[in-house]
Amino acid sequence: MKKILILISIIIVGVLAYLFNENKTVTKVSSDISTSTKVGFVYLTTPGDHGWTYAHELGKQQVENHFGKKVITTVVENVPEGPDAIRVIRELAQQGNEIIFTTSFGYMEPTLKVAKEFPNVKFEHMTGYKRTPNLATGNIRFYEGRYVQGVVAGLMTKTNKIGYIGAYPISEVIMGINAFAQGLKSVNDKASISVVWANTWYDPVKEADAAKVHIAEGADILAQHTDSPAVLQIAEKNKIFGFGQSTDMSAFAPKAQLFASVNNWGPYYIEKIEALRNGQWNTGEAPDHWTGNKWGGFSTEMLQLSEFKNMPDEVVKKAEEVMNEIKSGKLKIFAGPLIDNNGKEILPAGKVMDDGGLWGMNYYLQGVDGKIPG
Amino acid sequence: MIVFTPRNKISKNWIFLAPILSIFLTVILGGFIFTFLGYNPGETLYHIFISPFTRIDRISDVFVKACPLIIIGTGLIFCFKANVWNIGAEGQFIIGALLAGSFGLLFPEMDTKFLLMIMLFIGFLGGALWAFIPAILKTKLNVNEILVSLMLVYVAMLLIDFVVRGPLRDPMSFGFPLTKAYPEGALINKIPIPGIGFLGQLHYGVMSIFILVPIAWVIINKTLLGFQIKVLGSAPKATSFAGFKEKRITIIVLLLSGGLAGIAGVIEVSANMGQLQPEISFGYGFTAIIVVFLGRLNPIGIILAGIIIATVKLGADNAQMAIGIPKVVTGLFEGILLFFLLTGETLQKYQIAWKKYGS
Repeated sequence: MKKILILISIIIVGVLAYLFNENKTVTKVSSDISTSTKVGFVYLTTPGDHGWTYAHELGKQQVENHFGKKVITTVVENVPEGPDAIRVIRELAQQGNEIIFTTSFGYMEPTLKVAKEFPNVKFEHMTGYKRTPNLATGNIRFYEGRYVQGVVAGLMTKTNKIGYIGAYPISEVIMGINAFAQGLKSVNDKASISVVWANTWYDPVKEADAAKVHIAEGADILAQHTDSPAVLQIAEKNKIFGFGQSTDMSAFAPKAQLFASVNNWGPYYIEKIEALRNGQWNTGEAPDHWTGNKWGGFSTEMLQLSEFKNMPDEVVKKAEEVMNEIKSGKLKIFAGPLIDNNGKEILPAGKVMDDGGLWGMNYYLQGVDGKIPG
Repeated sequence: MIVFTPRNKISKNWIFLAPILSIFLTVILGGFIFTFLGYNPGETLYHIFISPFTRIDRISDVFVKACPLIIIGTGLIFCFKANVWNIGAEGQFIIGALLAGSFGLLFPEMDTKFLLMIMLFIGFLGGALWAFIPAILKTKLNVNEILVSLMLVYVAMLLIDFVVRGPLRDPMSFGFPLTKAYPEGALINKIPIPGIGFLGQLHYGVMSIFILVPIAWVIINKTLLGFQIKVLGSAPKATSFAGFKEKRITIIVLLLSGGLAGIAGVIEVSANMGQLQPEISFGYGFTAIIVVFLGRLNPIGIILAGIIIATVKLGADNAQMAIGIPKVVTGLFEGILLFFLLTGETLQKYQIAWKKYGS
């Protein structure tokens, strides 16, 4: 028995020694490291979600293509929005990343904490609102795409019932529903939106269930503010239409997807990294204030629409026209008079809602049924 | 049919050799997988197992990560030793943190150095309360505690979600689901090390491991209650012959484990988040179950087991940062590790034989 034990021990030590010995050769440093910028990314899920994180992954690839050897990117995926995030972000800072992009709202406090510890590292937090001298924020005007969705839905619907699936009743989602309603109203004043809350950002099963509820109630167009392609797949099965979220999802629903609002983070990443390399990096205006946020839409190419499909040519034409008007600034989505769905005036005629007003939305505009829970 | 028969004698050598052999097999199999996927196996294994110990602040972070697992696990030992299957520690963790946090947020005038003490107490009560539901249902109505405790996890998750999005939402949060920051007295501070500053996230809450685990050890090994728990677990009928009250023991172990999970929740939120958010536990309550079995229902063992699990989790992050290996692959590796460790333990205790049906 003793002999066997000794033998096993020797084999184990030998194999371990062999395996770990190889390690010495790995940390070869590339020769141009002094001139390249190290960039870190923190992802909430994996790029395999085909939605939110995948869009960030595509942005990261744009960074790599644009800068080539001038940047070294490091990614950590599947990072929960708690103490793990603090540790991972700190580790990235410690490993010499000069700018770190944290790509989910829940990383706000973790990013803030680490940013205080590393004043020389730049941090970019997406979709949050807290800033410090070395922590900037970035976001996309998703609602611009939803206005176009509303226009297309208004022209395509036959039952005049639009099923909308929201993640959570927070300002960002409500803003999107209201923008959709504005677009819908501009072409079709008979149609209305009903909202089902999935209470999740990503859960294909729950999202599919919500979609089925809408279909049972007679909706023939589905819109979603959740991340998976499940809603579109249900639409495809039931031969109705829907819109892709974050990335082009037509592969999942070739006959159902009218178009997708595509989050294009690349230009924002590239702009901020370029600024850092030129010594021009800054956080915009004062902290804790939306208007200083890097908040881009159609005009900065941060929001794009995928190819218009499955709709008549005149609808395509109208959609393109509306998109270009938003892009040029000619069309203001939230211009007065704005009236909520209880008949109360929110904004008088002749005025345009500012960004602060958008983030204060806790009401539905006309065209949306029901009331916001909570 | 595969039959497991208990071994008459458990080999002393294998108690130490089995885990080593298990890790060895994991390394070999994992190494093959990494090589097959095009990653250098030595490098990957280095990042998973060794890199978390290469800097003192990383070592501290291993303990920070292991802390909730070990505290919850300590409570679960009582249950599992008594053959009471509390699967709902995740929910007890959440309710403990939720009640304690709500107290801290609703009574900011209580903001003194005692606030944290009160919150820890409320956290214990909250977790115990959540475990009391399966306890009372099991002892009064003979309802299966596995099901009840598990289902209550989802109730707890929805409850905290509701509270954070509704009644306790910070009005200044632009509709985002976050509460206000805890008052100063409700926070657990990081430990300042003279000359270095802070070591990662290392906080005073980690110290509680070294208080709670010895207490648990004493209760289990040196008190009548501990003896009763062990008797109930290994020979339920003997419990009543000896005049022990089976139902009372069942309730006590559930309250203890629920309470400890609640305390773990308070510590985790007060030390690492400083406010309530929709998600505060990331499967700690479930991972702790693995920790307990890996630690062989032994308080000292679960410290080691907690550290192993925490190491692999941290190592997976490090491996991705260093060589870009996806988390799914390191997750697979983690699964292989647990498989071999638990198999090794089972084979120590049981012989396996193949029998035909009916024979």
